[in-house]
Amino acid sequence: MQSAYVFNIQRFSVHDGDGIRTTVFFKGCPLRCLWCHNPEGLSASPSLLYSAEKCVGCGACEAICPAGAVKIEDGIAKEDFSLCTSCGKCVPPCIGSARSIAGVRMTTDEIVRKCVADRMFYEESGGGVTLSGGEILMQSAEFLSELTYKLYDAGLSVNIDTSGFASWEKFEAVLPYTDTFLYDIKSADSTKHKAFTGVSPEIIFENLRRLSSIGAKIYIRIPVIAPSGDAGEEFEGANFTEDDLSGIIALLSDIRFQKIFLLPYHNTGVYKTKSLGMTGNYLGNFPGNLPFVPPTAERITEMKDALSFAFGRDRVVY
Amino acid sequence: MTNRIKKLRETSLGTTPTISMERARLFTEAYKKWSGTVSVPEMRALALRHFMENRSLYIEEGELIVGEKGEYPQSAPTFPELCCHTVEDLEIMNDREVIFFKNTKVQREWHRDNIIPYWENRSIRKRILGAMSPEWKDAYAAGIFTEFMEQRGPGHTVCSDKIYCKGFSDYKRDIEEAILKLDYQNDPLAYRRREELSGMSIACDAIITLGHRYSELALQLADTEEDEDKKADLLKIAENCSVVPEFAPKTFHQALQMYWFVHLAVTTEINPWDSYSPGRLDQHVYPFYKHDVEAGILDSEGALELLECLWVKFNNQPAPPKVGVTLKESGTYTDFANINTGGITPDGEDGVNDVSYLILDCMDEMKLLQPSSNVQISKKTPNKFLMRAVEIASKGWGQPAFYNTEAIIQELLSAGKSLEDARKGGTSGCVETGAFGNEAYILTGYFNIPKILELTLYNGYDHYTGKTIGLQLGNAEDFGSYDELYSAFCKQMEYFLDIKINGSAVIERIYADYMPVPFLSIITNDCISSGTDYNAGGARYNTSYIQGVGIGTITDSLSSIKRHVYENGDFTLRELVDAMAANFEGYGAMLHQIRTDTPFYGNDDDDADDIMKEVFGFYQKSVTGRPNVRGGQYRVNMLPTTCHVYFGEVMTASPNGRLAAKPVSEGISPDKGADTHGPTAVIRSCAKMDHLRTGGTLLNQKFTPAVLAGEDGKRNLAALIRAYFAMDGHHIQFNVIDKKTLIAAQNHPEEYRDLIVRVAGYSDHFRNLSKALQDEIIERTEQSFT
Repeated sequence: MQSAYVFNIQRFSVHDGDGIRTTVFFKGCPLRCLWCHNPEGLSASPSLLYSAEKCVGCGACEAICPAGAVKIEDGIAKEDFSLCTSCGKCVPPCIGSARSIAGVRMTTDEIVRKCVADRMFYEESGGGVTLSGGEILMQSAEFLSELTYKLYDAGLSVNIDTSGFASWEKFEAVLPYTDTFLYDIKSADSTKHKAFTGVSPEIIFENLRRLSSIGAKIYIRIPVIAPSGDAGEEFEGANFTEDDLSGIIALLSDIRFQKIFLLPYHNTGVYKTKSLGMTGNYLGNFPGNLPFVPPTAERITEMKDALSFAFGRDRVVY
Repeated sequence: MTNRIKKLRETSLGTTPTISMERARLFTEAYKKWSGTVSVPEMRALALRHFMENRSLYIEEGELIVGEKGEYPQSAPTFPELCCHTVEDLEIMNDREVIFFKNTKVQREWHRDNIIPYWENRSIRKRILGAMSPEWKDAYAAGIFTEFMEQRGPGHTVCSDKIYCKGFSDYKRDIEEAILKLDYQNDPLAYRRREELSGMSIACDAIITLGHRYSELALQLADTEEDEDKKADLLKIAENCSVVPEFAPKTFHQALQMYWFVHLAVTTEINPWDSYSPGRLDQHVYPFYKHDVEAGILDSEGALELLECLWVKFNNQPAPPKVGVTLKESGTYTDFANINTGGITPDGEDGVNDVSYLILDCMDEMKLLQPSSNVQISKKTPNKFLMRAVEIASKGWGQPAFYNTEAIIQELLSAGKSLEDARKGGTSGCVETGAFGNEAYILTGYFNIPKILELTLYNGYDHYTGKTIGLQLGNAEDFGSYDELYSAFCKQMEYFLDIKINGSAVIERIYADYMPVPFLSIITNDCISSGTDYNAGGARYNTSYIQGVGIGTITDSLSSIKRHVYENGDFTLRELVDAMAANFEGYGAMLHQIRTDTPFYGNDDDDADDIMKEVFGFYQKSVTGRPNVRGGQYRVNMLPTTCHVYFGEVMTASPNGRLAAKPVSEGISPDKGADTHGPTAVIRSCAKMDHLRTGGTLLNQKFTPAVLAGEDGKRNLAALIRAYFAMDGHHIQFNVIDKKTLIAAQNHPEEYRDLIVRVAGYSDHFRNLSKALQDEIIERTEQSFT
């Protein structure tokens, strides 16, 4: 049986597709979006999260760590993440509950069993299961095919929440059993896309066109990113200048999709980054503050209006 | 909302609750005049009639439905024949910071000189406490259970459509006929029945008198009123009160006034728990609404205004003043008049009608704590109705609550009611199931299930009272296996249930013999035909409930012992019991292990939920089917009102890591902070309880407004309700939480582990967010309420 690392199973997930859903978050992502709010999903293997502010300085972690990655200094645990193997031994004895491991290996059966529990809520609400990440399509085609088939066979609607950055073979693995694709478009501009996420978007656009051409049900999701005052040139206007908008509209104009969701950027990821021992941002450049701030309500309304004008008001959701 | 309603609502909300001495004075006069010369039922009815003949009347400017329990809105009468307050009681009521009732020194002195001397040794409370066994008193003092009837009369009863079909002159005729039919030769109780019926007949006169007096007063006021509109209002009141309650109502307006007169008579005859309720009001008054609209004398706006006038009346009546444990178990002004809207008709069809929607509009506009408004949702209920109810619930003041019509009906059927009576039934009080108009379903008291385990672990010793009050079934080190401990816990539970039920048998007898309620008996089927009082088993069905409290705490406590002591051997039972007695001070590592590595109820985890099923099953089987003295049977509810706080106060720390004196779990909800997998997991855990074997369960869920925002949010909430009800859940209600709660959650994250907030495009547990983000959400939450 196939298995994969899962870092969260969120029940009563009501913003990841239609109805009440269970969202399964898988480890591993090929992108490094600067605004990522689930940085514990980036690495493909388990990650230790440690919140120093909850540490009570008891020293239980130092005593148990086989890698010598923890030292108590000034009454608080200092974690050397370069030594940490994320073995998780320090988690149970931590009195302050300051430590946790993101990433547990689960078989497809185990995942399905967890997801089936809320069947009645899905049925009443038109919901189901959303596979997310990280990037769900980083998992093997065998795993994807097995898991989506089993969910489908259990009578559950499957949504795939993807960046689109994957080989077409992965899409083919999930296609027969997928109800809806939640498909992220971060920017239509190749340069910006690379600067924002670390990857070029061509394959993403290509996959989107192919999905559209075979009639898959698609919900486009656009994170709305505003630049901070001291953002560099490449973040000028972040992803919603007029050029950005017209780029996105042009990109989507020959795509058959049902809805567009606007997701305003939020800086929750920053807090988790510290817990993961990351310094600077996910791309390794821009140490210090992120070049983004949450967008204003006015900005979102403008964006919503522009997209509504192009695609119809009932299809744009914020 | 019209200006008229605005003013009435402001008066209702802005008036300070006070004590009214008038009822005590008039009832005492009546007892002094007739006691010993007439039968007990006649005495009760004469006292009610004397009160109705002489009490003050009150017509507030602009109101269209008349009548108050006291002299004014928010003035609460006392019931010295049940509970004779001491001067200190009155001082406490005056001085306490919450649930106060203002009273003056002059009133207290008058009460001391005129009420106390007559009632202090005659009150029912005195009689009850004198008749209880030492074991009962010990258990009561230790907070093993509470006693509902030591200060308030048996209640939890609800009106059927009877009062809209006939007037009280008609019932008086029915009663006279029943007296004529008595068979003295073959029925040894014929004389007792005659006395009871005679009391009912006098009680009819009592309420008819009240109507006449209001009609006359309104006419007098109209005579001198110069404002034409106000004059018209008064003349309308005069006309209505000349019809009801003497005769059956003819219009929608009269139907509402009829109900209100009946409500006043029921709740001043005695102080029954949960006052009185109109029950299926939308169905009862719909024929009047339809008639009036067709006749062109009423439109929907007019009907809404009249409903709102009635709502103000409910809110004008604080629950009777309580003291001591009774105040702790129900620490609120709310008197739990509970209106059921929706559901199905007696024929089994969808019961939602135009008045149902008007009642929802009324709830939404009035936002009053009283009456407690709920909706019954059946498989047949239109989504339009459910969505409108959800829209109101998402505004964040806890109402309406949602009840499952199919569950209610099955609960009633399994308790032996006919299908038609079951379909006419519903819930009253908090969540209690009853056959409206046909059943005396009496709540006898709350039962502290987690404390039973505590006493078992301390070998019968109670730390709160410093006495050994339980069975001594062994010390902690004597229990070699989980099963041994569990069976000792079961024995201990049966021991205290026996004590409770023995006590209740005496108390129910005392009410049957000394505190009949002839007025309530008139309107409860089949008291007239059987010539038997409501309190003596005259109703068609007679149920006694014991309300189990703390199912979350007991489940998690047993789960903790099972996991750590008997499965993993992390520590011994002796060590755990010592840690409990020390409130886990010096046992930080143990406490941490318990809190982070125990299967807890509320997470859809069978390891814990199976324990819940077993404990609930044992409790339910131990109670259900036992006979009460009124010819009916005992059943269980699972609800706490505010008793989970009191039951926590009387306990040491528990095996689940709950600290000493902290509240135990509420309703069938998980213990605070035990559930970490969101609302669907909570609902799944709760649904594993067999709700259909209870007479009601209570589930609260907390959300921030943003989780429920927008059409999608409401649709999801509706789906959550439908799914829970498809799993046979009995009741659910939603608290949309406020800024204050969020600040508390920020300061005490361990107590709010289950709190979910919408962050941005997603929702998260509040405890998982950074302080800065928490701060932002706190700000945002405040805004979304404005």
